Order: sequence, then structure tokens, then C-alpha cells
Amino acid sequence: MGIIKALKLGFNYLKYDDDGKVEETRRAIDDVNLDIEAGEFIAILGHNGSGKSTLAKHMNALLTPTEGALWVEGINTKEEPELWKIRQKAGMVFQNPDNQIIASVVEEDVGFGPENMGVPTQKIWARVGEALGKTGMSTYHAHSPNRLSGGQKQRVAIAGIMAMRPKCIILDEPTAMLDPIGRREVLEAVEELRRSEGVTVILITHYMEEVIRADRVYVMDSGRIVMTGTPREIFSQVDTLRHYRLDVPQVTLLAYELKKAGVNVPDGILTMDELVNALLPETPEKAFTAESITTSAPDETAAAVNMTAERRD
Amino acid sequence: MFKDITLGQYYPADSVLHRLDPRTKFVGTLAFIIAIFVFHTIPGYLVATVFLGSVILLSRIPPKIIFKGLKGVFMLLLVTLLFNLLLTPGEPLMQLGFLRITREGLTMAGKMAIRLIYLVTGSSIMTLTTTPNQLTNAMESLMRPLKRIHVPVHEISMMMSIALRFIPILMEETDKIMKAQIARGADFESGGLIQKVKNMIPLLVPLFISAFRRANDLAMAMEARCYHGGENRTQMKPLRYDMRDYIAYGILGGFLLVAVIMRVLS
Amino acid sequence: MALELKDVAYTYSPGTAYEIHALRDINLTVPEDQFIGIIGHIGSGKSTLIQLFNALIRPTSGNVLCDGEDIWGDSYDRRALRSKVGLVFQYPEHQLFENDVLSDVCFGPMNQGKTREEAEVEAKKALRSVGFPEKYYSRSPFELSGGQKKRAAIAGVLAMNPGILILDEPTAGLDPKGRDDILGQIAQLREERGITIVLVSHSMEDIARYADRLIVMNKGRIVYDDSPREVFTHYQELETMGLAAPQVTYILHRLKEKGLAVDTTQDTVPGARDTILEALHAAGTQKEGRADV
Repeated sequence: MGIIKALKLGFNYLKYDDDGKVEETRRAIDDVNLDIEAGEFIAILGHNGSGKSTLAKHMNALLTPTEGALWVEGINTKEEPELWKIRQKAGMVFQNPDNQIIASVVEEDVGFGPENMGVPTQKIWARVGEALGKTGMSTYHAHSPNRLSGGQKQRVAIAGIMAMRPKCIILDEPTAMLDPIGRREVLEAVEELRRSEGVTVILITHYMEEVIRADRVYVMDSGRIVMTGTPREIFSQVDTLRHYRLDVPQVTLLAYELKKAGVNVPDGILTMDELVNALLPETPEKAFTAESITTSAPDETAAAVNMTAERRD
Repeated sequence: MFKDITLGQYYPADSVLHRLDPRTKFVGTLAFIIAIFVFHTIPGYLVATVFLGSVILLSRIPPKIIFKGLKGVFMLLLVTLLFNLLLTPGEPLMQLGFLRITREGLTMAGKMAIRLIYLVTGSSIMTLTTTPNQLTNAMESLMRPLKRIHVPVHEISMMMSIALRFIPILMEETDKIMKAQIARGADFESGGLIQKVKNMIPLLVPLFISAFRRANDLAMAMEARCYHGGENRTQMKPLRYDMRDYIAYGILGGFLLVAVIMRVLS
Repeated sequence: MALELKDVAYTYSPGTAYEIHALRDINLTVPEDQFIGIIGHIGSGKSTLIQLFNALIRPTSGNVLCDGEDIWGDSYDRRALRSKVGLVFQYPEHQLFENDVLSDVCFGPMNQGKTREEAEVEAKKALRSVGFPEKYYSRSPFELSGGQKKRAAIAGVLAMNPGILILDEPTAGLDPKGRDDILGQIAQLREERGITIVLVSHSMEDIARYADRLIVMNKGRIVYDDSPREVFTHYQELETMGLAAPQVTYILHRLKEKGLAVDTTQDTVPGARDTILEALHAAGTQKEGRADV
């Protein structure tokens, strides 16, 4: 069994009316099966309201399933009376950096988790020092979180989870409120933890650029898992992704458009290097055949140029 | 506009005062407040001034920052001064219509001014040199005896420390909401009292909703980090008295003693 | 109407230890009917700049002129200015407060002195303009999805009929489809009403797609103020500021370096596709020609 396993997981949100009766039932998760191996980097994609955050909250027992079951390292989240034992194995970082920092000094916040777990004082300090070092926040240990940037706050939150020494870290849209620089900082910190600690990472996001390095991608829609595969497999299905209100990075889209226009490029291009090499390999003849271009390109080119011209005016 | 409030904002620096046990600082602040109410002569206030001055020097916090805390209580100070000045009966010095200023009123106002300013400055120094968490730890520790009569000491202190962390965030948010509504033509200044209160609704509703959302998020984040009450909880920064704390208690005792002796002798 | 900033500087907490020069030497004009993108990372001064546009803050030095009149002149009506220069902040949660969407959107027009009936006319027009579905008019704004909240917030400012509409990161927190929908709606808004749009964004890709002028801010100064294409030719300089040109700009430059004759000023996916196809076609026929010889 993997580190996180879900079987026929279902979850209903209940809305109560003023008399406390169930007024509305909304199916947030529907028949989800998962088996995540230790050390994997998993990305869960989905538009807002697709159920991805609800699923994440099951992974550390903040929610428990209405139907089916979920196991964290073999412990069924429905059966464990002391939920904090699960939460210690599967730590969770949330979207809003301000709303998850509890203490008014960085190091005290990172120590909050270990304090709750009853770790002896000396060991808390060691863990805090280590976690801050791993996330590159050591120099800020005595700062107030209020004076940090968004990216730095999220790194503090990650350090706070790492100090609990979890087997698995779940990041629920950790970059949604950050600017590009903060986003990069957070992703680099996650990457570093994965490399040096071998911790299992589950990243929930709707930024497609962030999932390129994942081992496996799940796409969710209306509470179900609708696509599974490597980033390349997922990104080669541009139209299906659009159907699920998602898009692909510009480079993937450009490759897809070129392919549609008859250029011979492989499916699911993920990086600029791949595209440039596919278009202009060291032996250029392989890249394309002149016929394929002459047949399809000219009319479409003309049409597209007109379109662009119109918009520019 | 709300950033001027100093109270509760920790100022990181490396000083003896920062390193003191928060319980020492808490008890010390109480002792200082008592002392300034015990003193009532000019030499007495001089002693208090010397004491406060040395503490400010020891704290290594720029005085400008310490005195900024006074801005927040300026109105309160003014009102107290006026009341004392105008309502104390005694030997009249000046008569302006029905307003009368007496010698006693003048002295009383002066005394109250000094006391209030010193009180705010003294407590500002405590909050500036002590992180809110240390402060609540100190209160938790000092209030521990109350646990026996089922006062939820840990919960109270946790609540206070979280409140202190979120005050600056909510202040900033208030500022942003105000700007967003002013951009929609809202007017927070003109009108009578009732109109003014009504005008606050576009500010207060988003603020409360945001505060509730934050509280909800925070509760979840705390649970996710294994928070399950004060049971079996260890501390990263447990409170332990050091040599410097005993020395500080000694100095405080001496200071209080001076205050009492001066009071008795005069 | 046109806005003009002349030698504007803005300093936070002047004369204290926390003094921050947020803006220096700002000179720019916001004319009628233009789509302007503003980009710069946090602390570059862009949020300060947009607050100067509608008199939420007063410049430390320099002048802000609206149609030639100094908006900080003694008799100038700044409340009236704020309905001419609409500003929509990043988080709709900061402005939505009424029990239902329609009343919330009426707040602005009623502050302009309109009656509830007149305000409703404007509100409905604005809600339609941003594509807000009519069946949700009587819903509580707090029960809406992120995208609909954002629409309600934009409508709340639009209902005041501004000549300039400033949007601070309207797509933050939205999923890709939601983002495209909102941006499309904003572009349409400009066509429909002929108003000037000022879009603050982190996404060069979005700006390349919609804006006809791009202002790049760095450390409180305007570094570039030109057409997006022109600005993106400085992609290496942009990087030193922690910014980046759209991905396609890099791809085109790499292709050009490797000898493919593409037009590197293209900054959108369709534009890039076309220039690549053209260049490949030219290269292909050329090679074929050579092979024939």
C-alpha cells in the first residue's frame, strides 16, 4: 500500500437551513481512487470548485469521507481517534500565507507544530533550525511575519510543517496569492525538500507551469478524477484540458498550434528547449517536410495575420 | 493611518531588556505603574524619570518609536487633562466665563499627565521588547494558580497571542477596505453621528466577514499542525529565571521601596 | 478626459526611520480610449501609482492633472474625480457588503447622488457589461464564486460611469478559464464604452494579448512606457528586474539565434505561430531549391 490511498472516496457538503435541517447536499468528491507512493511528486489540477481542495483536506483528516475510505500510511482516517497522529505524517500548507502563521516571530511559528506534538525543548530548537535552513529562511528567524513578503511567509509555513517531520506534505494552492517571484521561491523550496528529504509532495494548483516537474498529474472536475498521467501525457491533450477550464503553458500551446498547422512536432512539449530542438534539430531535415507546410500553412497564416491586425488596431 | 499604534508591536533588538524573562518584565511593568501612582512630588517624578530613562537606554529601541505609542492615546490624555484642569475645586487662578482653573486643578492635571505618559511609555517598552507569545506565556505562567479554579488559562493566553498577531493585519485590511469604498464614493467623514455610524457599514461588513474567514482558516491551520489544546504540549521557549532576572527583581524592589519611603517622608 | 502626472514623487512616512520613496520622477499621460498595462513586482510602486490616479493619496511633490486641472487644487471636487477615474482593487471581498448584488452595485451611483431607481438603471447596465448573469442579481455577494465576485466588484465601479477604469490584478486567484473570461470581458468593455482601461497585472502574456501600451515599473520609477512589442525587445533588461517577457518572446529569440528568420517582436501565440510557419516555409523552399541545384 502506498503512503496515501483512497478507495471509492465520496464526500458531501451539507447546507443547513435555519432550523438545522439539511437543506442542500452538494457532492464535492465523487468516487475518487488514489494510490500515492512514498517519495512521489504528485500534482492535482482542477479549476476553482472542482473539489481539489476538499480532496486535499481528506489527506490529513481535516475532513473525513462520507463514503469509501482514505488511508495515510495504512491508518484509516475514519478509524483513528487521535487525528493529530495522522496530521503529523501528512502536513498541510494552505493558500493564504497570513491565515496560517500563528506566532508573531518566525521561529516561534515554526516551533508551533513540534510543541503540539510534545517534542522536548532542545529538540524543537534543532528541528526549527533545520527547517528554516532547508527553506532558506534562517536569516529571518527573529523577524515578525508581518514584515515578510508573500513568498517568504509561505516558506515559513512550509518550514512549520517540515519541523513536524512529516512523510508527506500537501500544498493546497500555495502560490495562488503570490506574485511570480514569490511563486518561484515557494516552488524552489518544495523542490529542495523533495531532493534532500525525499518527502512525498502533493501539490494542488491551477498554474500549469508548476506541474511540469511532477511525476504524476491528476486532473479533477466536479469532484471526480478525470485525467491521470505524466505531465507530458496530460499536456498533449490541450482541448480536453480546455474543456476542464484549464490551459497549458504558452510553449505547449504554441507547439500544439504548430502541429495543427502541419509542422511535425511531438505531442506534449513542456519546455522551450524541447520546442526549439524539435523545430531546429541538429540535423534539420528530420524536423519537418516542406510539403507538410506548403499544404496547410499559407491560407491559415493569412487569416491569422488579419485577425492579429484587427486586434492591434 | 493605523500604523502609528505601537502597543503590541514587537521591535527586534539585542538588549538586556529583550533577554529578560517575560514574567520579570510583566511584574516589572506592574511595579512601575504602581510606583508612578505612589510618587506624588517633583523629586519623586525625577526618580521615576531617571528609572524610565535608564530602561529606555537599556532597551536599545530608538526613543522615537517608543514615544509613537503616545499618539494613540493622545485624545484620552487630552480629555483627562481637561477634566482635571477644569473640575478640580480649590484656589482659583483664572476665570474664563464659567470655566475656572484652580491651582489644585493645575497640579492634578500635571500629575495625571505625567502618570499617563509614563504608564503608556512603560507598557510600550514591555510590548516592544517582548514578543506577544512570550508575553502570553508569562501571563499563562503567572496565572497558573487560577487553573485550579477551572479558569482556562492556556486557552486564554493562546487567544490573546493570536489576537495580538492579527491586530496589525486587520488594521491594514481596514485601510484597504476604506480605500476601496472611498473609490466608490463612500464618505467616512461628513454627517452627524448617526450618519457617520451608518457610513461605517460598508467598512465594517467586509471587515467582519474577513475576520471570520481568517479565524476559520486559522483554526484549520492550527488543527493541521496537530494543535489539540494545552495537554501534553511542550514549549520551545520555556520560561526560566536567570541571574539577570533576580538582579532585575532586586532593582525593582529597591525602586518600589524608594517610592514608598519618599511618600511616607513627604 | 485625460489624466496627467507631472514630476510626481511619493514618499511613505517622510522624515521617519521608515521613510520609503515609493515613486520618483513620474511623468505620464493617460489619454482617452487606450488599453494600458502596468507591470512591476511588489514594491515597484505600481499600487502607489494607481492610487494617485484617483486621488486616494496625495503626491509628496509634483502635480496630478485631470483635463489640465490640478486635482489637489483647493476647490477641486475629488469625490467627483473618483467617479471619473474608477479604481477596482484586487480583492472583491474588500468592497462587497450589501445583502444582494444589485444593491451593492448601486452603492457607487447612489453616492453620486442618484436615486435608487436611477442607480438601478446604471447598476443593471454595468452588470450586463461585465457579463454578470441576471439570475444572480438578488443573491448575496458572499455566496458567489470567485469569478462572479470579481464581476460584481468591477460592476460596482463601472456603474459610476468612469472614463478611466483601473483594475488591480483582476485575475488574481481565478482559474485559467475564469481569467480568460474576465480579461475578454474587460477588452470588450473598452470597445463597448470607449473608455480607457488601466490593467495592473503580473502576467506579461495577458498584457501582450490585450494592451496597446505597457508601462514597466521598477524601484519607484517608470522604466519603459511603450508598445508591448517594443518593451519586450528589452527582455534581457526585464529579467534583471525580476520580470520576464512572454514565453513566446524567448522561443522566437532562440529560434532566431539558431538561424530561423522569425519576427522576434511577435508576442502572442497566434503571432508566433504565424511567423514560425512563414520562416519554416521560407527555409523549406530555400533548402528545396538548393537541393534541386
